[in-house]
Order: sequence, then C-alpha cells, then structure tokens
Amino acid sequence: MSSLRIERLARPGVNAAGLTIAAGSCTAVFGPSGSGKTLLLRAIADLDEADGEVWLDERARSSLSGPAWRRQVIYVAAESHWWAPQVGPHAPHWPQADLEALGFDEHVLQWQVQRLSSGERQRLALARALAHAPSALLLDEPTANLDQTNTLCVEALIEAWRKRTAGSALWVSHEPAQRSRVATTQYRIEAGELRRTDGL
Amino acid sequence: MASDTLIALSAFDLAVAAGLVLLLAALSWQLHLGIARGMLIAAARSTVQLLLLGLVLKALFNTANPWLIGLLATVMLAVAGYEIMARQRHRLHGFWGYGTGTLSMFLSSFSITTLALTVLLQPAPWYTPQYSIPLLGMLLGNTMTGIAVALDNLTRQTLDKAGQIEARLALGQDASQAIGDIQRDALRSGLIPIVNAMTTAGIVSLPGMMTGQILAGSPPMDAAKYQLLILFLIAAGTGLGSMAAVLLGSKRLFDVRSRLRRDRLSG
Repeated sequence: MSSLRIERLARPGVNAAGLTIAAGSCTAVFGPSGSGKTLLLRAIADLDEADGEVWLDERARSSLSGPAWRRQVIYVAAESHWWAPQVGPHAPHWPQADLEALGFDEHVLQWQVQRLSSGERQRLALARALAHAPSALLLDEPTANLDQTNTLCVEALIEAWRKRTAGSALWVSHEPAQRSRVATTQYRIEAGELRRTDGL
Repeated sequence: MASDTLIALSAFDLAVAAGLVLLLAALSWQLHLGIARGMLIAAARSTVQLLLLGLVLKALFNTANPWLIGLLATVMLAVAGYEIMARQRHRLHGFWGYGTGTLSMFLSSFSITTLALTVLLQPAPWYTPQYSIPLLGMLLGNTMTGIAVALDNLTRQTLDKAGQIEARLALGQDASQAIGDIQRDALRSGLIPIVNAMTTAGIVSLPGMMTGQILAGSPPMDAAKYQLLILFLIAAGTGLGSMAAVLLGSKRLFDVRSRLRRDRLSG
C-alpha cells in the first residue's frame, strides 16, 4: 500500500497545488515541452530543491533523509545513465521475471552498457528501477525509444508491478492512446501548473 | 655547514642566464607561440620575488621574531591558496572556492611542518626561520600541486558525470556512494606526481634541495638524508591535503538532502 500525494510543491518552473495517486494506481501527466514535466518529477524525487511536501501514505518526505526517500520514490529519467561498464553491477539483485517480461535473458547482466541500443537502455533502466523495489515510480516518457511491441511489454510490466505491490506510478507520456491505456487519471501541465483533465 | 666552499654568483653570471631566457622569449615570439609575453613576465616576477624573499629572509634570520615568521607563513599560505583557486576550471562559488584548497593546505602543510620541527629536526627554538621557512615553503609548493590537481579533477568529473551521479542518487544511493568513484580517481591523480617524484629521485632527477645542499658544500650523504626526509614529508602532506580537499570539496557538491548541487560550481 503506497499512495503518493503532493502538497503545494513549488520551485522555479513548477507550481503544483496538489495531486494524489492512490495506492496501486497510475496517473498520467502531459504538456508541451518546457512546461515543467521533468522538473515536477525531479522535485517529487527530491533531486532538486522545492518548497512544499510530498507524502508516501502517512510518511512525510521531510521526515526521511533524501536517500531514504529516493529509495522508495524512484525517478526513471527519460535518458538513462550508467556508471559501470557492465549492466549487472547497477543493481544488487535483478528479478528474473522482470528481465524476461522486457525480453531479456540472464546473459543481459554481462552485456556492455556501451553496446546497448537506446531502446535496450530504456527497458533496462526500468528493470534497474524495479530491481530496487520502489514504493512509487516516477516515469519520464519510459517508452519514448521503443517500438509498439516493447511499448506494450513495458505497459504490461508496470501494470503487473502496481497490482503485485500496490505501488503508485506517475507517468509522463505525450501519447493520448497510451495515457488512456495506462492511467486512470490525467493531468495537463502548463507553465508548471497541474490541471486535471479527461484526457485531451 | 661548510658555506665557505660556496662559489658566490656575480651579476654577470645571472645576466648570462637571464640572456638565455630572453633568447627563448625572442624565439617563441618568432614562432608565434603566444607565450613570449607571459614568459618574460614570469621571469621578471621570479626575479623580483626571489630577491625580495632573500631580503625578507635576511632580516628574518637576524631577528628570529616568531610573529614575523608567522606572518610570512600566513602570506605564503594565502598566496598558495589563491594559486590553487586560479588553477581550477570550475570553482565552488563563494568562500569555498578559496577556502577548500587553502584550508586543506593549512591542515596538511602546517601540521607536517610543525611535526618535523618539534619531533624530528628540533632546532632551538623550534620555529628557527632557517629551518621552518624553507621546510614550509617546500611543503606548500608541493602539496599545492597535488591539491590543485585533485580538486580540479573532482569538480571537472562531477560536471562531466553529473548524469551518472544523479542516476545513482535517484536509485537511493547516498552522496558518498554516488561520488565515491570520482573521489578515488581525483585522489589518485593528486598523488601521482609525488609517487613519480619518489620513483625517479636520484636516478632521473637530482632533487632541488639536495642539489642546493651539495652546491653549498654539504656532504652528499647528509644531503641525501635531508632530501629523503623532505620527500617523505611531502608525500604525507600531499596525501593528507588532497584527501582533505576532496572531502571538503565533495561535501559542498551535495546539500543536506544529498542532492547534487551543480549550481554551486562555476562553468
């Protein structure tokens, strides 16, 4: 059970009055480029300074250290970064089922990061985040580099993760069809302000 | 000391050596290296600075006033701190741009010099300027290089690899985990010069201090022992100083919530 609730989150470029994602559900965010989508996710993950509060169930972000918060609320950036030469060392333990759901076998852990395609990187970045057992996921266009088949694999994996762990997800996507597939609630962000919409 | 064997240099001797630098400057002007002007200014600076230091030390050796020695040591530290800052491509904003290097150098050079004077050499009094000033000067000069290299490496790699650092932070790692690899790399780069200096000492290079003592007439074995002592002290000082600088610097690169603060670096 992990609901995510933000309360008057403000930083230059973001002014989000409120947003609640119920445990086990997914909320989509969209808006023109430069509207503050990435800034919003970074502010929620506490990677950038911001005023306001974020709650994970009844726990306030300010009651946890930065790293303790980010272990639970994991931000998956649009462009993934890797610090070791091979895939394996980027997580202590990679659940086999997640890798298989994304179309990889166990050999992927020995692969060289430099030789991954952008689509492989993106799928593995998601697997890496799931391998850290988050309570909430902040996904920044997680299927931007993927073909239709892999996009559906990612959508199915996130849905399975939500159902299994009752984790909540915030999903930035510019594709209306995808938003209505993955999310129950949608917000439009413009000049940093969130407005609830029915999906247009 | 057998200083009576030292051959004093005449103005003519120095003029000939200076002529060589002028020749080099003329040549580099001819070749459009764009360094002739800087070279002449540096040569002029070293002339003025060393003659001035000669005068200051002469006066200082006569009085041996601890306050004056302390003042000179402070000036040396302040200039070395400025030099470290000037060698950084990306500086920390505010006090820490100057403070990180200067504080680290103070911690390492002053403590090592004090240790050497009070425990090892034991001149009476312990701050006797004939010993304290050259010792401190050598330590400052050498730790300065190590600290400047280590700090520059730390800040440059932090900016280059900001994406990797933030990817680690986003997965819940704390600041020291996220920047650990970079810290180790920066420290290594700061320590390489002194390790190389120890490796080649006496084979490829005759170190400056030993050369000076031999020229001044000291027995070569005594000169070798002094040089060894200095090399070891410099190694310890460089290690201590680089570690302090890398730790202080990386502390400033993150805030209390372990966020990477790129905005605290220039460039």
